[in-house]
Amino acid sequence: MTTNSHLLELQHIHMIYTTGQRQFPAVQDVNLVVDEGEFVALLGPSGCGKSTLLRIITGLQAPTEGQVLYRGQPLHGVNPYATIVFQSFALFPWLTVQQNVEVALKARGVPPQPRSLRAIDLLDRVGLDGFETAYPRELSGGMRQKVGFARAMAVEPELLCLDEPFSALDVLSADALRGELLELWLGGGIPTRAILMVTHNIEEAVFMADRIVVMEKDPGRVVADLPVNLPHPRHHKGSEFLAVVDRVYATLAGQTEPEHVEMGTAPGEPGRTRALPLVTVNELAAVLEHLADVPHHRADIYRLADDLKINSDHLLRLTEAAELLGFATVAQGDISLTPLGETFAAASIVARKEIFATRIRRLPLFRWLLAMLAAADNHQIEADVAQTALGLDFPPPEAERQIETAVGWGRYAELLAYDDRHGVIYLEPGGVR
Amino acid sequence: MEQRVRVFSIRQFTLRPLAWGDAVVLLGVAVLVYVGVRLALATPAVIHGPAISLSPRALPLYAGLSLARMGVAYLLSLFFSLVYGYLAAYNRRAEKILLPLLDVLQSIPILSFLPVVMLSLRAILPQHVAAELASVALIFTSQAWNLTFAWYQALTTIPKELREASTIFRFNGWLRLKTLELPFGAISLTWNSMVSWAGGWFFLMAAEIFTVGQRDFRLPGLGAYLSEAARQANLHALALGIGTLILLIIAMDQLVWRPLLAWSDRFSLELVESENPSTSWFYETLRASRVVESLGRHLLSPLSEHLDRALLRRFPAAVATAPEKAGTSLAVYPAAVLGGMGLLYGAGLAGDMLLKVPLAEWGAIGVGLVATLLRVAAALAIALAWTTPIGVAIGTNRRLAIWLQPLVQIVASVPATALFPVFLLLVLHLPGGLNLAALLLMLMGTQWYLLFNIIAGASAIPQDLKYTAALLQLNRWQRWITLILPALFPYIITGAITAGGGAWNASIVAEYVTFGGRTRQTIGIGALIAQATATGDYPLLLAATLAMILTVVAINRLVWRRFYRLAEERFRME
Repeated sequence: MTTNSHLLELQHIHMIYTTGQRQFPAVQDVNLVVDEGEFVALLGPSGCGKSTLLRIITGLQAPTEGQVLYRGQPLHGVNPYATIVFQSFALFPWLTVQQNVEVALKARGVPPQPRSLRAIDLLDRVGLDGFETAYPRELSGGMRQKVGFARAMAVEPELLCLDEPFSALDVLSADALRGELLELWLGGGIPTRAILMVTHNIEEAVFMADRIVVMEKDPGRVVADLPVNLPHPRHHKGSEFLAVVDRVYATLAGQTEPEHVEMGTAPGEPGRTRALPLVTVNELAAVLEHLADVPHHRADIYRLADDLKINSDHLLRLTEAAELLGFATVAQGDISLTPLGETFAAASIVARKEIFATRIRRLPLFRWLLAMLAAADNHQIEADVAQTALGLDFPPPEAERQIETAVGWGRYAELLAYDDRHGVIYLEPGGVR
Repeated sequence: MEQRVRVFSIRQFTLRPLAWGDAVVLLGVAVLVYVGVRLALATPAVIHGPAISLSPRALPLYAGLSLARMGVAYLLSLFFSLVYGYLAAYNRRAEKILLPLLDVLQSIPILSFLPVVMLSLRAILPQHVAAELASVALIFTSQAWNLTFAWYQALTTIPKELREASTIFRFNGWLRLKTLELPFGAISLTWNSMVSWAGGWFFLMAAEIFTVGQRDFRLPGLGAYLSEAARQANLHALALGIGTLILLIIAMDQLVWRPLLAWSDRFSLELVESENPSTSWFYETLRASRVVESLGRHLLSPLSEHLDRALLRRFPAAVATAPEKAGTSLAVYPAAVLGGMGLLYGAGLAGDMLLKVPLAEWGAIGVGLVATLLRVAAALAIALAWTTPIGVAIGTNRRLAIWLQPLVQIVASVPATALFPVFLLLVLHLPGGLNLAALLLMLMGTQWYLLFNIIAGASAIPQDLKYTAALLQLNRWQRWITLILPALFPYIITGAITAGGGAWNASIVAEYVTFGGRTRQTIGIGALIAQATATGDYPLLLAATLAMILTVVAINRLVWRRFYRLAEERFRME
């Protein structure tokens, strides 16, 4: 067995979803250790399996392969020493604030009297005294999440898991709540021994965590484990802080590989099928235009997130698309326009469409789709058919999103048309070669 | 307001294509009907019904009896729904069988079973017990399906994170049911209970007045009172009976359903306050009452706390999350094989009996189906013609809606079958009288569903679109074509599906009547079924009943479902 010093240890965790004949790895060979006293952030783009991992850690879901050790003991079923604070708060709308906290204690068999005292005390500590008899719908998002925290604290978890707890809140409430949580945690006012937070917000991770475990998607895996050695309280605009943010961006963006690897193979061919980043052409154009306006057509990606007011997850998808299409290059957390990108940003609508069309024709997924259309009767196929065909390479919901994105791009480039009424994709004259 | 009208769109199709599962279910239904018919062979040719007193003093008793039948059937169907829905939602394998079964069952015209159920139960039980059981069984089958569907849907749409929260905080099955599942399903269960209850009246009345030829299956109750009053042309008793019925319906609405609705508002999942919550004076009175409050505090709360703790101790939360195994336990296969063999054997016997039906009668069945279909279509068309303009007028005018809605609701909940004897009294002497009466009954049974759905649809047309139509200066015709009709389409379809089912049901009681000592019938499948019941022509009874069930299920699948899908995909305003 392993040493007992680790609070939590993941050994070769795999999570594989099976649809029909195909298997899709959601999490691949994740090894992770969390020790007492640590605040660890699990950071990655959506679809990288970080939420799945959290559910495996708490025992809500069993991994396909691998083992979760808690204090050296293999975990079977729900971990009684862990609890979750949910993104959507997961409060019972028909229970009052106090009942919501009490119900967690009730399930553990705490009698009414101490139960009620404890709930009131916890609500007091998160600053909700006076709201005991209110219903969740009467509270603001920030206050609802405080109830979520109070409920989690009620069962005195050793391991507190946070599943994007601040992402459904407005900016101000999120900031305030982050500060309050850190205060509780750093002040030792709670019996919690370690915190594990899932997030896709890079700044949030750098602001709060002692360690950032960076994950990537396709398949979901750990790509980096970065310590954050900054003293608390941390300041968002401090240069050391920004340096860490920049480093995380550099890890997440621009994992550029040789072109043939990056482009992947067409669906059905051996090799890795390259998924299209799920962005619209308009969003992409907006990013390129913004870059065209900054000096040297180059920017720090983390600054871009700030300037464009979009979250890091979304931004990373956009930079990925820009890079895939050859409009920009990404290196060390910086993004810069290529000459082609500059041309695109400056071009008229018609010219943009032409450039875009030539660029997406190079993508294996489009080559595959266009070839299929060209071979079909009347140059048309049902979207469902295309989706089913893609189902060999992607799980069904992802296949649907891929087709949607491809149709959006293809329509813009005037290579494809789509009839929503019949769900049919047509080849435009421009798409015939 | 949207909420208030939501009730009447109850059919929630799963939009599955026709599958082999449906064939098995239909085969099962056929065998069931066959077993009923076989039992019915032993039914005496003459059955004397109870003596029905027209004295006003008998009315409270009759009302009480009718209400009791409704209550028993409702509780049964609620219990059934909770168990069935739970199984279908949580057991993958059960779901595969239970869902298609539910889907077919809810499109079967329930009244087509009435003669078979009445006859077969009468063959093995004394008359009053048989009739009571048959009426309860009938009401049960009319109430259970939509409740079950509502509960199943609630269970399968509980937000994932709420579910995970109840697991991570280690709720046991009871606490989960009490804190999560029942509250989540409460609103939908309450609304569907109201619908079920209203539908139940229709079937109860049909069962209470059922008489064919020399066989009188009536039950002492409000329905029998009304039919007897009509038979004797006793207008005074008729007025009293209808008044009592309406009073009963209003009392149930005010004292049971409205308070329940107002109470269930708290289970709304929306995290914003509802703009116009359901209100109920009775509920408010109860809430303000000291007695009720102290009862709650000193009796109910401690009791429920006690129960919770006892159950939590007895059944702690399961700790292990067992990975789902796809394997089938060995016991299932022999059971399935046995069941399949039984089914085939039964089907063989049924087929044998069907072979005894002469060709001419098959022809009559075909003609009857077409005739009834035409009648149903006519009733739908007439209903559509008057409810569309009126419904739009009510739905787009808030003040009118607030004023008219309760009234319309009361009128709508008076079961058409209860009024049927009155129609007979009024129109039977006219030329084509029975045809007219049958059409009237179908119309009465169908129009309200349509009206409510059209009101709902009209009130859901977004204000922006109405403004746009005005800004574009569309004339009345263009406005109807481009805005109102497309927006109503999904609602009309939902209403028409429910209404169509109701009309088919009505044909059983409407096309063949024994009134004032004389039997009259018109051409139709309902008439054939009733006639076969009266004369004891069991092969014909089996053939006609099955033909009707198959036709209605097929129409649902092949016609309505297509429209429904179209409505869902193209005309939904979301």
